[in-house]
Amino acid sequence: MKLRDVVEALGLEVAAGREGLDREVTGGYCGDLLSDVMARAKRNYLWMTIQGHQNVVAVAVLTEVSGVVVCGDVEPEAATLERADREKVPILRTPLTAYEVCGRLYRLLN
Amino acid sequence: MADTTDDRTSDVKPVLTLSFDIQGRDFKASGEASHRIKRTLEQVGLDWSVIRRAAVVLYEAEMNIVIHATRGVLKAEISPSRLTIVAEDEGPGIPDIELAMQEGYSTAPEEIKLMGFGAGMGLPNIKEHADSLEIETEVGKGTRLVAVIDVPEGGAESQA
Repeated sequence: MKLRDVVEALGLEVAAGREGLDREVTGGYCGDLLSDVMARAKRNYLWMTIQGHQNVVAVAVLTEVSGVVVCGDVEPEAATLERADREKVPILRTPLTAYEVCGRLYRLLN
Repeated sequence: MADTTDDRTSDVKPVLTLSFDIQGRDFKASGEASHRIKRTLEQVGLDWSVIRRAAVVLYEAEMNIVIHATRGVLKAEISPSRLTIVAEDEGPGIPDIELAMQEGYSTAPEEIKLMGFGAGMGLPNIKEHADSLEIETEVGKGTRLVAVIDVPEGGAESQA
């Protein structure tokens, strides 16, 4: 499924990286420990987190996840959004908790 | 796990060497060096499984310098049969490597842990994703880490 369809279905707000919305989403991973995400997230997964700092973009680029959902109404830092635009990494905001996003994404993809 | 790096670094000359300076505590630029090396690995045409493992090793090694050291260098030596990643830093060194290799053990300060670093997974992650890992360290001086990832013949091996 295309990321832009996931965004629409889950009502996510595109905060940055709009150019990356045509990427595929094949699964998801939820985590706030960057080493854990680095080791376990896979290419084309959607990453759910409550981290809003710019190192999130570096991890997203290196793991080639399709995008990052910053959950729980967390406000990503301005530097995060700038870096995400530069790297074409979609940063998606939502008031939903990571649990709720994961549940809805799972239902959508399976 | 394969054998040690001693003979591995000497018998194969790197075709391409990349080197980046890393500043301690520079969280703004962190990940950039790993990203640039990863891009080169893609351009060279290495297999995705090798690149994926290299990305983990590069990022963890880079972040170890950013979190713990004053400054350092992240290097990648690419040869047809192996990728050697070297992270060398001036910093506090590691007093007890065995302890540092234990998952969950971390000496990172609290404010860094809040950013999602310092979960004590860095070195275990490197060990898991490399074919061999060697660490030389001197307390009060610094650390040199050498991780080798074997490149499958024809670069055709594929795994997630």
